[in-house]
Amino acid sequence: MMPPLLEISQLAVTLPGGGALAEILDDVTLKVPAGCITGVVGESGCGKSTLLRAILGILPRHAQTPRGGIFFEGHDILPDRAAGVRGRIGFVPQDPYLSLNPLFRAGDQILEIMRRHAKGSRAEHKARLVELFRAVQLPDPEAALRKYPHEFSGGQRQRLLIAAALSCEPRLVVADEPTTALDVTTQREILGLLRELTRARGLSMLFVTHDFGVLASLCDDVAVLYAGRVAETGPTRAVLDAPAHPYTRMLLACHPDRAADLAGIPGAVPPATAQPSGCRFHPRCPLARESCAREVPVLQPIPGGRAVACPFHAEALPELALV
Amino acid sequence: MLLYILRRIALALPALFGLVVLTFILSRVVPGDPAATLAGDAATPAQIADIRARYGLDRPLLEQALVHVRQVVSGDLGNSLFSGRPVSLEIMQRLPATLELTFVALVFATILGVALGLVAALDHNGPIDHLVRIVSVGGLAIASFWLAIMLQLQFSMEWNILPLRGRIDVIYGMPHRVTGFLLIDTLLAGRPDMFLDALRHMVLPAITLALPGLATIARFTRSGVLEALQKDYVLYARAAGYGRFRLAAIYVLRNAITVTVTQIGLLFGALISGAVAIEAVFDWPGLGTYAVQAILSADYKALLAVTLVVGVVYAVVNVLVDVAQALIDPRVAQRAR
Amino acid sequence: MSALRQLLRDPVAALGLAIVLFAVLVAIFAPFLAPYPDDAFESHIMQRLRPPSAEFLFGTDNLGRDMFSRVILGTRSALFVAVSVVFAAIVIGVPVGLAAGWRDGWLSETLMRVTDIFLAVPQLILALALGQLLAPGIGAAMVALTLTYWPFFARTVFAETRRLRTSLFVDALAGIGAHPVRILLLHVLPNAAPAVLVRATIGMGFTILTAAILGFLGVGAAPPEPDWGLAVAEARQHLPEAWWFATFPGLAIMLLVLGFNLLGDGLRDAADPRLRRSRR
Repeated sequence: MMPPLLEISQLAVTLPGGGALAEILDDVTLKVPAGCITGVVGESGCGKSTLLRAILGILPRHAQTPRGGIFFEGHDILPDRAAGVRGRIGFVPQDPYLSLNPLFRAGDQILEIMRRHAKGSRAEHKARLVELFRAVQLPDPEAALRKYPHEFSGGQRQRLLIAAALSCEPRLVVADEPTTALDVTTQREILGLLRELTRARGLSMLFVTHDFGVLASLCDDVAVLYAGRVAETGPTRAVLDAPAHPYTRMLLACHPDRAADLAGIPGAVPPATAQPSGCRFHPRCPLARESCAREVPVLQPIPGGRAVACPFHAEALPELALV
Repeated sequence: MLLYILRRIALALPALFGLVVLTFILSRVVPGDPAATLAGDAATPAQIADIRARYGLDRPLLEQALVHVRQVVSGDLGNSLFSGRPVSLEIMQRLPATLELTFVALVFATILGVALGLVAALDHNGPIDHLVRIVSVGGLAIASFWLAIMLQLQFSMEWNILPLRGRIDVIYGMPHRVTGFLLIDTLLAGRPDMFLDALRHMVLPAITLALPGLATIARFTRSGVLEALQKDYVLYARAAGYGRFRLAAIYVLRNAITVTVTQIGLLFGALISGAVAIEAVFDWPGLGTYAVQAILSADYKALLAVTLVVGVVYAVVNVLVDVAQALIDPRVAQRAR
Repeated sequence: MSALRQLLRDPVAALGLAIVLFAVLVAIFAPFLAPYPDDAFESHIMQRLRPPSAEFLFGTDNLGRDMFSRVILGTRSALFVAVSVVFAAIVIGVPVGLAAGWRDGWLSETLMRVTDIFLAVPQLILALALGQLLAPGIGAAMVALTLTYWPFFARTVFAETRRLRTSLFVDALAGIGAHPVRILLLHVLPNAAPAVLVRATIGMGFTILTAAILGFLGVGAAPPEPDWGLAVAEARQHLPEAWWFATFPGLAIMLLVLGFNLLGDGLRDAADPRLRRSRR
């Protein structure tokens, strides 16, 4: 079997904040196999964005040196803060409105990335970019090169950013909820575009979202994140059809296909500076017992190529918890 | 874009017109009879009446105001009460000296100020940052005329390495006047030696004049860069692999500088004000010394004309600043539409 | 009170406040602090241009007067001029800003256009022209400075009033029939006060500087007044020998202006939570 394109192993990131240390990520392990779209799902504050920033080497300056490893094409890219992989990992940001500098032509901003990370002359870059604009279905690709960001609509800007992510011909694209800032129709178009482009170009993608609907329509595999740890992983279909971790089960019971929202689960997401001991979900978990507060559960393989970080995942949830 | 510039000019006109009216009002609320002031203490009533008739001071106020406005618009600012020559002529002779000094100071302040502000922001809360903050607060607290004198004391009197006063050494005389800017005219005359001498004369006045501007620019650039660094597009650019230098010096700075440019417009007023005192210290034959001379000789015609000319220059600078804004930020002109 | 504590926690602002308080104390007790209080007006030709010594800390001037005493006495006039000018500018500018900001219309238009005219020329130039026309002297200089500074307060209050007049609580007050003047004075003005205070503090420093320039150019204080700007002008004829004569008054200007500027900066940060956050 081919080694995965991206492999994150036991990654831990700590940020100082409000006088305390916040464990944003702890012991995160996940893989993105070549040619696959892997989803990372979780609610705000679960560490999704920090995970992306660690991969892209743009953790905040005050972050402590992360522990663990991020292997891209077999090399650990964590120590050099990703200096070597820029351009080889494409990035689609969350907010297309805020992610382009308003004072520079959008085309020039992308060409600057290509100048640094892609082979060829500026003329070749321009030609390739026009091709990409056509591929992401921007109207009038030639003219788009000379336009400023404010002259595009939100959906068009996200297409621009997808083109930018593909501009240096990466093998991996990481995307940070690229559709949340857009309206529903545009969302669907952009998702379709992403699916089509990754398939056609044989790309791998790490796709972060809080939306199970998006997850189901796009991703082959999924990793569920809770409070900076992986709760469970597996093929998307299997996880969505028969979630194993109590957290995933309760989430899906509340909102079978809508945005993840903990409104139906008692308690609140713990602040990153005061994580509970043991299993971080135990204060809110109906299956919790005394040992859960002591022992940190590890990801254990279960049938179907899945893994779950709960020793009691086989037990049924009490009816009450699902109300 | 052209439309935007025209709009900006149109917006500046009412205030300038108001200024013309204001100068007229000012010239009429002078305590006492202007004709008597003009004629001097020893004048006879007949002389005063003669002056009153000659300057049209016996006509109704409104008519005088209209005459005044018409004269000003046609470029006639009246005759100096001191020399008797047309004020507009005298001002045109001296304006280049002031503009040259102000311009050199502004360029110096901008280049150094932007650089300092950028370095300070990139070294946020570090030693360079603190140093720049101290300089930027201190630079605004120093009285320009005093700094000028202190620099003269040290560099011209004590060490004797820079000239004490004037624009150029008397042994050279003035070069053939083409633009009125000595740094240009000396080169046009093919005299690099004179150019260097003019440059040496420029050093102390320009530094003195530039200091408050430098302080302001450094300060606004610093906060602008700090703010821009927080933006999503900077994070995105870093993730997408922009180079560190390019990110700081071009990508972020351009955003930060929009704030700075506005400040440069406001600064110009401070520069002109500073120039008055600094010209007095360095015997710089510009508008400032002219104004001081006008004060000493109670030449209110000249003084009001200077006020008016400075107002026009000020308005032009502010239009230029707005145009620069629009060039830096493509959204400005669009928003104004 | 919490605002004051916030202010004092910022070392820069605390330093500014300390300088200003020090200057105020010096000004109040100037006649007692100055070793030769009579040197405001008396001259002693026999001891002219003495360098700094234990007897004359800052040396003596061209008329043999103790510079240390004159710098101390000068604090009084500098602060007096600045306080009067800023106060008078507030008295003119704040009502104009309130009136112009409250309702759109010809009154608002006229007031703001007039404000624009005064802002169309740099302050010093206008002050020179006005000061000259009103016959040179410290009184004329103060009137001139006031006339050039009030537009800044008008602008500040105008902006605040416009922002507040559409706010919910003003609507509510108008709804229950409160008189506009009452709303403006009791509800809008207190909200604009922090901005005015910041403006006033920075204006103090600015006025001291501009007044010093006027004094230096001979349009402000007249001899034998112990004025800092005037002293620097008088000292010019005695350079480079009597360096102390020009140096110490200039340092006094710098210190006092620095104090007001630092305090103004601190006040602005304390008054504007948005700026405070960006200070991090």
